Amino acid sequence: MLNISGIHEGYVLDHIQAGMSLQIYHDLKLDQSEHTVAIIMNAKSQKMGTKDIIKIECSPEDIDLDVLGFIDHKITVNIIKDEKICEKRVLTLPKEVKNVIKCKNPRCITSIEQGLDQVFLLTDEETETYRCKYCEEKYIRIQ
Amino acid sequence: MRHLMSPLDFSVEELEKLMSLASDIEKNPEKYAHKCAGKKLATCFYEPSTRTRLSFEAAMLNLGGSVLGFSSADSSSAAKGESVSDTLRVISCYADICAIRHPKEGAPLVASIHSGIPVINAGDGGHQHPTQTLTDLFTIHSLHGEIRDLTIGLCGDLKFGRTVHSLINALVRYPGIRFVLISPEELRVPDYIREEVLDKNNIPYVEVEKLEEAMPNLDILYMTRVQKERFFNEEDYIRMKDFYILDRDKMSLAKESMMVLHPLPRVNEISVEVDEDPRAAYFRQAQYGVYIRMALILTLLGLEE
Repeated sequence: MLNISGIHEGYVLDHIQAGMSLQIYHDLKLDQSEHTVAIIMNAKSQKMGTKDIIKIECSPEDIDLDVLGFIDHKITVNIIKDEKICEKRVLTLPKEVKNVIKCKNPRCITSIEQGLDQVFLLTDEETETYRCKYCEEKYIRIQ
Repeated sequence: MRHLMSPLDFSVEELEKLMSLASDIEKNPEKYAHKCAGKKLATCFYEPSTRTRLSFEAAMLNLGGSVLGFSSADSSSAAKGESVSDTLRVISCYADICAIRHPKEGAPLVASIHSGIPVINAGDGGHQHPTQTLTDLFTIHSLHGEIRDLTIGLCGDLKFGRTVHSLINALVRYPGIRFVLISPEELRVPDYIREEVLDKNNIPYVEVEKLEEAMPNLDILYMTRVQKERFFNEEDYIRMKDFYILDRDKMSLAKESMMVLHPLPRVNEISVEVDEDPRAAYFRQAQYGVYIRMALILTLLGLEE
């Protein structure tokens, strides 16, 4: 059994679909931060069989939870303070996602306009459909 | 400040107002001849267009305003690498309203975000062409008195044809509309239009391949051109381009009251012999396009009263 020590302040992202933690690490831009991060892959889970976990030692405001809601809103977010879980936050699908994903439509203005934010809007909550704000191309998730 | 990016930017009630203004312009053009005196329309066309640009310019000139602009990317600062947002920031200093056509989808929206004047999307790639849809709606409204209880046949390229997609989106908001979608298998209406627009709004529709089959039931036949620029493959284009040709024989199958519309330019899909038929309404449609653009310019400039 692998042991990873607890964190003093920050986040524990639990119930991440196994294999997705590295993508989330990049999407949360943790590779560009100086926070201490532990990634646990293929941990045993009663609910999921196997799962990934990410522990981040940081101030709570350092992480954009909206982005996390877009990546996978089923992830459990535990907020840690003084080494204890002080809050479990439920993620929701954000209405707007900025500069996380890129529009793949070669005819979209985002392909040529410099300095333009890549913005996707939630157009159908039921089907979790996001469309590019500019060309309305549907974003297709690759699982 | 209001812009026009998509035909759905206006509610059905707002469209009704716009169309009644356009009808009044048609009946009393002299009343509107100086409404835009001292105002300037900028036509920023990053790709060639004859009808749309001239229709906008005619609309502004009919209102007593003046026009300036460019008609291709080569003759604009885009050739020097200027962004759409910078161009519009500058144009806002020169004109009171702007119509923009751009090959990139969403370019008019980017323009509107940075513009200090109302922006009209005059066509952005395969995405939207709202003033064509307004023209189509106003033509149907003028010829039938109202938009309701109609069987509308859409024929030709239903896959890439943006005018068709926009028109379907706009028409599903009216009561009693039924569609007959006439296209070859390869150019059928995209799934998202079928699922997210037609099925979602419980709109009755059938899909057929033969135009002759559909003709007797139609109140309106909307013909479209198979557009070469939407195909990546020349072979596919050549195979598809003459799939439908509306001629006198096919017209003989239709109701006396049926109207033929076409966004123009027409190539081979409507034989010239049909032009003499009183049911051929596509050139009148171009005239209606000027009236509705006049109404739109007045509305966006806040001069409609």
